[in-house]
Amino acid sequence: MSAHPSSSLKLYFGIWITLLACTGLTVWAASLDLGRFNAAVALTIATFKAILVALFFMHLKGASEKLSKLVVVASLFFLLILLALSMSDYATRTWT
Amino acid sequence: MPDSQLTAAHNPALLHHFAEPQQQRDAASLGTWVFLGTEIMFFGGLFCTYLVYRRGYFGDWGAASKTLDVTLGATNTAVLICSSLTVVLAVWAAQTGRRRLLIGNLLATLVLGTAFLGIKGIEYKEKFEKHHVPGASFQFNNVMIPGHPDQYANPSHAEIFFALYFVMTGLHALHMIVGIGIFIWLTVMAWKGRFTPEYNTPVEMGGLYWHFVDIIWIYLFPLLYLIDRHP
Repeated sequence: MSAHPSSSLKLYFGIWITLLACTGLTVWAASLDLGRFNAAVALTIATFKAILVALFFMHLKGASEKLSKLVVVASLFFLLILLALSMSDYATRTWT
Repeated sequence: MPDSQLTAAHNPALLHHFAEPQQQRDAASLGTWVFLGTEIMFFGGLFCTYLVYRRGYFGDWGAASKTLDVTLGATNTAVLICSSLTVVLAVWAAQTGRRRLLIGNLLATLVLGTAFLGIKGIEYKEKFEKHHVPGASFQFNNVMIPGHPDQYANPSHAEIFFALYFVMTGLHALHMIVGIGIFIWLTVMAWKGRFTPEYNTPVEMGGLYWHFVDIIWIYLFPLLYLIDRHP
């Protein structure tokens, strides 16, 4: 854990406020007509929030064990294989 | 050797097959992360299904998504984010030996988790009333496709949306129920004073699980509620 307890508390509350603000932002962004980019904006905000939670609330940032980080990267890589290969199939077929 | 035996004798939480508390904690952490990795793939299959059908039936799904209550969905997102804060505060309290703060935050997490399930229950009830539950009584007639005032959504395509809505949010709610079970157990253990700055791994691992379930919802909210909202 951090050597300065009060500084980590400040960090937690800062992340919490940012996450709440991002939730408001994503609802607001959905009300705008961005064409194809609505989905991209929504997913970018969601991914930003997920990264904040993983790095600071799940303490991936500053974790001493490289193995945990390897597990996270490997999991996301396999998820990417699942999504990318499936979609490369569906996206190149005629939808019926 | 005598040194490590001494430590083992003085630390009842250290299991005999671990050399030292740090090794025991790191093993638990690695195991939890591997479990969360399997959970990513578990939910990943559903997200993949979602992507395939959303691509194919975008208009019908936009119409179906518009019937969900954004206010309730956003409130639930905020509730889960607040619960993630209380969880991280609980972990901090356990690591710095603040027992009352630990118990308070564990209880706050339980309250927020239950509130989430309550709001979800209200939403599910509304789906039953509107006949938006997939099955024999499903109805989705005369609903316009957003941006196409002359086109009605195909009810069977909308039904696939609601099927995935119930499976994904239902599976997520099941994870919340399991999480609440874990946190009740953590609260009892904290009440008995089992957690110290030297030994608090269960709080930390329970917290990892809770944050993961929060992350799943962070994706479910925009994907299900905000498909095609703009006027």
